[in-house]
Amino acid sequence: MTTTHPAPPTTAAAPAGPDVVTGAQSLVRALEQAGVEVVFGIPGGAILPAYDPLMDSTQIRHILVRHEQGGGHAAEGYASATGRVGVCMATSGPGATNLVTPLANAHMDSVPMVAITGQVSSRSIGTDAFQEADITGMTFPVTKHNYLVTRAEDIPRAIAEAFHIASTGRPGPVLVDIAKDALQARAPYEWPEHLDLPGYRPVTKPHAKRIREAARLILDSHRPVLYVGGGVIRADAHRELLHLANLTGAPVVTTLMARGALPDSHPSNLGMPGMHGTVAAVTALQKADLLITLGARFDDRVTGKLDSFAPDAKVIHADIDPAEIGKNRYADVPIVGDVREVLIDLAAAIADEHQAGRTADLTGWWRQVDSWRDTYPLGYDLPNDGSLSPQYVIERLGAIAGPDAIYAAGVGQHQMWAAQFIRYENPRTWLNSGGLGTMGYSVPAAMGAKVGRPDATVWAVDGDGCFQMTNQELATCTINDIPIKVAIINNSSLGMVRQWQTLFYDARYSNTDLHSHRIPDFVRLADAYGCVGLRCERPEDVDATIEKAMAVDDAPVVVDFVVHRDAMVWPMVAAGVSNDLIQVARGIAPQWDREETDGPALDTPAAAGPR
Amino acid sequence: MTRHTLAVLVENRPGVLARVAGLFSRRSFNIHSLAVGPTEAADVSRITVVVDVDELPLEQVTKQLNKLINVLKIVELEPDGAVQRELLLVKVRADATTRSAVLETATLFRARVVDVATDAVTIESTGRPEKNAALLDVLAPFGIRELVQSGVVALNRGGRAITDRALRSA
Repeated sequence: MTTTHPAPPTTAAAPAGPDVVTGAQSLVRALEQAGVEVVFGIPGGAILPAYDPLMDSTQIRHILVRHEQGGGHAAEGYASATGRVGVCMATSGPGATNLVTPLANAHMDSVPMVAITGQVSSRSIGTDAFQEADITGMTFPVTKHNYLVTRAEDIPRAIAEAFHIASTGRPGPVLVDIAKDALQARAPYEWPEHLDLPGYRPVTKPHAKRIREAARLILDSHRPVLYVGGGVIRADAHRELLHLANLTGAPVVTTLMARGALPDSHPSNLGMPGMHGTVAAVTALQKADLLITLGARFDDRVTGKLDSFAPDAKVIHADIDPAEIGKNRYADVPIVGDVREVLIDLAAAIADEHQAGRTADLTGWWRQVDSWRDTYPLGYDLPNDGSLSPQYVIERLGAIAGPDAIYAAGVGQHQMWAAQFIRYENPRTWLNSGGLGTMGYSVPAAMGAKVGRPDATVWAVDGDGCFQMTNQELATCTINDIPIKVAIINNSSLGMVRQWQTLFYDARYSNTDLHSHRIPDFVRLADAYGCVGLRCERPEDVDATIEKAMAVDDAPVVVDFVVHRDAMVWPMVAAGVSNDLIQVARGIAPQWDREETDGPALDTPAAAGPR
Repeated sequence: MTRHTLAVLVENRPGVLARVAGLFSRRSFNIHSLAVGPTEAADVSRITVVVDVDELPLEQVTKQLNKLINVLKIVELEPDGAVQRELLLVKVRADATTRSAVLETATLFRARVVDVATDAVTIESTGRPEKNAALLDVLAPFGIRELVQSGVVALNRGGRAITDRALRSA
């Protein structure tokens, strides 16, 4: 496989002929040559040799994080916000194992990332040496690929391959574990001009015959839906998606990973499908006769009970990963390829059909879709006691910070509300942990995003539970001048778990009360970290507090929004049931569905809870 | 569930078998037998894996295997179109009174006696798994003291090699 690589950077200009350098120097030079500008990491025994030449690099900014997990999520946030490969670094043993969560997260959400870990000396591998962990063995299932490098001369090739694999095909994390003696040994530095990866040939160009079949199906369909997944954002295909959406006129749903792939202001955008999707998006998929699936993977949180998902729909499934096609749902037209190229070719094929006079009339379909959208818009009830509504806080945050800001969420209720009530107009402005559902993602991801996009306003929309998992990175932010803003949606609970306890466990709140209205004091915690700490407890103060936070640009800001704890995320499809059984609020199903499905809407787990 | 034999060509590198085996267990596929060895190309190893799995999950597992960077090619070997062999070594209880009967059984199955002791003989048998199973059935009444079997190895019949481009990848 032949690839081109960036020209050697000026900072590491080598004299003619291979230079004999240490493995550590070789690593730093290879990272420079791969175009790396920032590394999030923590040194330790085994990786120590690498940190010495790293100090001299003028190209690479190393940001010393407080926990390797934070470094990993920061690399993810950086990658997701910029599209470039995120890089994190850690030492052997516990340093490396602390990266397992971000690696698994990046694997699930197809984030291009390279993790460099130190390993004990090759002579000690397998002896249970101090801080030894078999990190390559441990991360086989959660990386796209990984390397154990035990010779200095193998370092440049491993790095070159790692960046190539991480960033091409379906993006993903690659780990390069380097033995300490390989970092210390001397070897000629040679950047490979050609990569030899005979078992790695991602197909990017879609098959022309499949494209024609897809175009024909689209024009024959009466109730098509564009089911858009995160792949569209990873592939930078939002412009091509907009074109196809306009060309077909079909309703569009943007999954949790695809929020921002099509502007929310676009009339065809029905919002998010799935467990907490809009009624219009969920119902349009259920009633569709054709799903045009683009870089999405029929995740269980989207499909609900799989065998009742979109029962009348034929499926066009375009994905760069052939293993996703047919994994969960049979594809009538499978298209393997880069979704950007698929969209370009598909638009051309549809335009040809249009020229031949074949068009689809979607008026009736839109009448139905619009009726769902108009009857069941997203909404929420305000608490009776005058306390803060979390949805209101998030909605105002989105309105004030605007569509050019970047929002990084944790996992749980606040994540769903941020996906629902912030209007996304641009790709790469919504970062979250979709597949793995990693609490603690938000603060470090926001930090990484801010490093990659220093001119953008970056808000971490976090829960009080999530925030307490990774807030140590606020120290990193303050010290390294990374002024992120954090909105803690503080309901003093593990809110989503509590919601399920309310609905499915008789309101028995086993271990979900975090008491975080009392401990810790988030404002004082922010202060301790050198951040500006604000607190907001009344609806009338929300706008002013957000604006005050927006006005701070020389320090991180943490806002403790003390919100009502009984707010729930609606709509909701209970886990494991059909999407036909969507409830717009507790015990309330959309009326038409009840007639059409005559499903026992009350025979769901949701109905088992107290009224 | 049906039985499928996959020939998986992989780069000959440390850890590749662990990646392949790990993938089977992670995706909940049961490996019936596994055999690994060198091939005609020095940098390529061949894994022959026999799995009990339905058609659809088989497609999924081959796709997942193909995603492994070190996996070069996967071909499903059809039972009728391939020569399949398994090696069996079995130590059978055989004293003076039963030895001739045991030896006769071995001969009937075209198996070889590779070791003889006063109270036992060791028999080597190569063949299709069904043949070895039948041999074991007949030997069982004598008393099987110990047995070991290799995984199945298999080659397609005919003149073409699976490295030929035209051959359909699984």
